[in-house]
Amino acid sequence: MIRFLLSRLLQGVIVIFMVITITFFLSKMIPGGLIQNEKNVSPVTLKAQAEYYGWDKPLIVQWWKQIVHYATFDMPESTHFRGRYIDEIIASGFPVSASVAVLALSIALSIGIPVGAISALKPHTLEDRVSMLATTTGICMPTMVSGPIIALVLGLHLRWFNASGWQESGDVVLPAVTLGIIYSAYIARLMRGSLRETLALEFIRTARAKGAGEIAVVFRHAMKLACLPVLNFLGPAAAGLLTGSFVVETTFQLPGLGQFFIAAVKNNDHQLTMGLSVLFAALIVFFNLLVDLLQAWLNPRIRLQA
Amino acid sequence: MSDSSPSLSPMQAAWRRFCRHRINLAALGFLILLIVLCVLGPLFSPYAQDAQDLELKAVNISAPHWLGTDTLGRDMLTRILQGGRVSLSVGLLATAVAACIGVTYGLISGLAGGRIDAAMMRVVDILYAFPFINFVILLMVVFGRQFWLIFVAIGAVEWLTMARVVRGQVLSLKNLEFVTAAKASGASFRHIVLKHLLPNVIGPVIIYASLTVPGVMLLEATLSFLGLGIQPPDASWGVLLGDGSQVMQTYPWLLLYPGLFFSSTLLALNILGDGLRDAFDPKSAAQE
Repeated sequence: MIRFLLSRLLQGVIVIFMVITITFFLSKMIPGGLIQNEKNVSPVTLKAQAEYYGWDKPLIVQWWKQIVHYATFDMPESTHFRGRYIDEIIASGFPVSASVAVLALSIALSIGIPVGAISALKPHTLEDRVSMLATTTGICMPTMVSGPIIALVLGLHLRWFNASGWQESGDVVLPAVTLGIIYSAYIARLMRGSLRETLALEFIRTARAKGAGEIAVVFRHAMKLACLPVLNFLGPAAAGLLTGSFVVETTFQLPGLGQFFIAAVKNNDHQLTMGLSVLFAALIVFFNLLVDLLQAWLNPRIRLQA
Repeated sequence: MSDSSPSLSPMQAAWRRFCRHRINLAALGFLILLIVLCVLGPLFSPYAQDAQDLELKAVNISAPHWLGTDTLGRDMLTRILQGGRVSLSVGLLATAVAACIGVTYGLISGLAGGRIDAAMMRVVDILYAFPFINFVILLMVVFGRQFWLIFVAIGAVEWLTMARVVRGQVLSLKNLEFVTAAKASGASFRHIVLKHLLPNVIGPVIIYASLTVPGVMLLEATLSFLGLGIQPPDASWGVLLGDGSQVMQTYPWLLLYPGLFFSSTLLALNILGDGLRDAFDPKSAAQE
């Protein structure tokens, strides 16, 4: 167990190191660069600015400075918003993305799991067919199609919620519903497939033979195993949602991390771009680890391997 | 099973199983029709995709413009078909790129075995944790949103699972008797790989590739929707959806029609992928 955790920690460190390196060299390759974007800047200002941010030093020195920043958790200053540190900028956008993510995941799980489970328990019935039709339609409605439609119908026509922006507490609903629909469709399909497979296994027959009731069979025995593929899907999904969906945040104009990233790339804000990339990677590493631990707990046959 | 008589090759048997469900054939037929329309449609259309009719501006369905026109007076049907060309070709080319990288990587890893295999798979594990969408967005800004770059960038992202699938397949195949027999009869390494291993890997690769295409098309649409992919006046379905969502309050059909094309294509691709999986993997079909 300790060996497993240590090796995953090492793997995480390697990931972050590579992400810093790749992001650093990619952002250095952006044509033009930050300084040329402004018109009529005197050479003196340019030189002062380059010195201020350390761009006059050799690339390798600049790169090492980045590594030191992240190794010592000493976050650098934004290269676009002077005087603001990237951790405070990220901290201002994170609650937006996170509250959408939490609500979206709750919607997805509370629709996806029951729908998938009912489908699996009553194969080839009307319920099964209707729910499979609904989930297939859901999967084929990506957020760039469903988001604007939801904003149009629920926001602009029915006026239940604001169609865009982030002023009231209700503004979280429409983006979360948009994301919740598509994720619930994925979860329902995964749940249906894996529960049906699990119910055909021998240990379920044993449980039934011992006289366990249908409810006990499904909830005490089958569900534990059947949830594994859903869990596997949820890890990366949760990481992706927490860091903000690019499309949904654009559609509903939310000041979340996805929007911050696109703005940072477009503004040539190297430090914010880097900080967000590192955060995204760290969240993926963390959630993958969490999923592995949960899986080992749910299914004793899975051994944690270093 | 009745259709696995000895005279059928695995490919033929899979095709028979595929045809047993009419919905699979309907999806395949729809996709072929769509590809033909997208390739030929713009050639026969009386309008160029960027030709503007400034007096019309945005109108809904009408006799000269079957799917109406956009805010700049451009024929929507022509633009949707032209956009379909781009979206579908990105989907197919990027999947092809991903398949080439994935198959090669998986073959090498599986054949090498031992430490090399372990190291190569560890690299894949590490790459799985990469925030790839960020890198793709950065790449688009660095290299100025060129068409070829979009599918190379997407293809370079999507090969990981393919590599795992192929490597697993090779590992389970390479110690089977028919491979040993080929080795014993003096077949060259190249012969074994090309004639014995690759044909047996092809099934899972086709299945996984067909499930990758919709994912790739979604990624392209995401980039174009954000204004980081295909650049106007060129169209892709992502561009059209992005444009449509800007004006949806006044001209909802500009969002609706490209959305219908995109969603029905994704639907057909998903049905096709599921159908192929069941056809090549009778075990999963038997449970249905």
